[in-house]
Amino acid sequence: MDKYVKAPLCDEAVKGLRAGDYVYITGTIYTARDAAHKRMDESLKKGEDLPISLHGNIIYYMGPSPAREGRIIGSAGPTTASRMDKYTAGFLDNGLKGMIGKGRRSREVVESIKKNNAVYFAAVGGAGALLSRSIISSKIIAYDDLGTEAVRELQVVNFPVIVVIDPEGNDLYEIAVKNFKENI
Amino acid sequence: MRTILTSVITENIKEMCVKANHYLSEDMRSVLYQARKEEKTSLGRQILDQLEENLQIAGEDMIPICQDTGMAVVFMEIGQDVHFEGILLEDAINEGVRLGYKDGYLRKSVVRDPLIRENTKDNTPAVIHYEIVPGDKVKITVVPKGFGSENMSRVFMLKPADGIDGVKAAVLTAVTDAGPNACPPMVVGVGVGGTFEKCAWMAKKALTRPVDQRSGIPYVKEMEEELLDKINKTGIGPGGLGGSVTAFAVNIETYPTHIAGLPVAVNICCHVNRHVARTL
Repeated sequence: MDKYVKAPLCDEAVKGLRAGDYVYITGTIYTARDAAHKRMDESLKKGEDLPISLHGNIIYYMGPSPAREGRIIGSAGPTTASRMDKYTAGFLDNGLKGMIGKGRRSREVVESIKKNNAVYFAAVGGAGALLSRSIISSKIIAYDDLGTEAVRELQVVNFPVIVVIDPEGNDLYEIAVKNFKENI
Repeated sequence: MRTILTSVITENIKEMCVKANHYLSEDMRSVLYQARKEEKTSLGRQILDQLEENLQIAGEDMIPICQDTGMAVVFMEIGQDVHFEGILLEDAINEGVRLGYKDGYLRKSVVRDPLIRENTKDNTPAVIHYEIVPGDKVKITVVPKGFGSENMSRVFMLKPADGIDGVKAAVLTAVTDAGPNACPPMVVGVGVGGTFEKCAWMAKKALTRPVDQRSGIPYVKEMEEELLDKINKTGIGPGGLGGSVTAFAVNIETYPTHIAGLPVAVNICCHVNRHVARTL
């Protein structure tokens, strides 16, 4: 089912999402991948402020290629989410509502998604040129020294994603393989 | 004896890094179009449509096909009658990578030390494999390798008694474990035989063989076809979201091995299986 949601996410919008929904996101999202997660996790553990508020927000696991002159961003597709699993439950407990990546998540992350009424979306891996067209602005807001791994604030319009793990803990990767085997 | 200037190697590697990251080879493009026709699920077809559109945008707008423009793997097949003149060959290759990734707006994804993890900021060094071959030519193959799929690759040190069934099981295990993480539809490169490192090298090299070209060894060709069929029955599908096209090809290379061993390496590549070759 096609759905349109605004970012940051509100609890009501998240509640209605189901694994397999095709969702178009419009609004503000943030990028962070391995190195930024490590730093933010260290800050959380020390009780320090994070460079972004997690509350209601979506983190996109993405490190873009450099923008050519006059362009907003380079290629901008998702990276493998499981590398962020170690940090994810802590972020969700601190208000994070959504994540965009690709690939499977750990059991711990699925449980935390259920507990916190959150959602995990997949964008199509390896479609970075296409996905860049849904990004209308990009600004580095923290960890500039990390290069492609810096935290960016992105404005997106109808950014296309698919719900993989919904707030009830349903996992599209498992469901899809099961359905395929039963039906074909 | 033929003299080749290493500055010519630099210039070629630079161009090949940029080309490989913006355009897929003809065999990869046509197998994607074919897959779109054959995919059985509607979501799978929708994903394949996006991948086709993505390729078109990449070429037209000169924006990399994938933001992970990889670690540069370079195969150098050097004719033994070639003499190089200029800076050290290895430095010339790395200079080509440095210039290609800088001028081509490609992502710099290499860290200097695997544990200290400071970005080298120019995507060097490359991983370089040299082979000495007959003749006076140099064949360069540039393979920018993304790590979503690289991370899902495996080496299995099987026992001779495991035989062909063991090899098939190993490949299927690697592919199903990789699943959605490796950005399917994948290309599966397999090395069988040799030693621990030789089979891994063959698996990488196998990814550069055109996906529509089967092994010349009859039983290996059969195994390639059987494994592709089995992989496409797993249901993993495009993007791992369910479907009948999980892999485009299984390319297997073999080499003599020790009486006590049966090494098998499975190097998985995503649908952005990039490789550009030139002969100088």
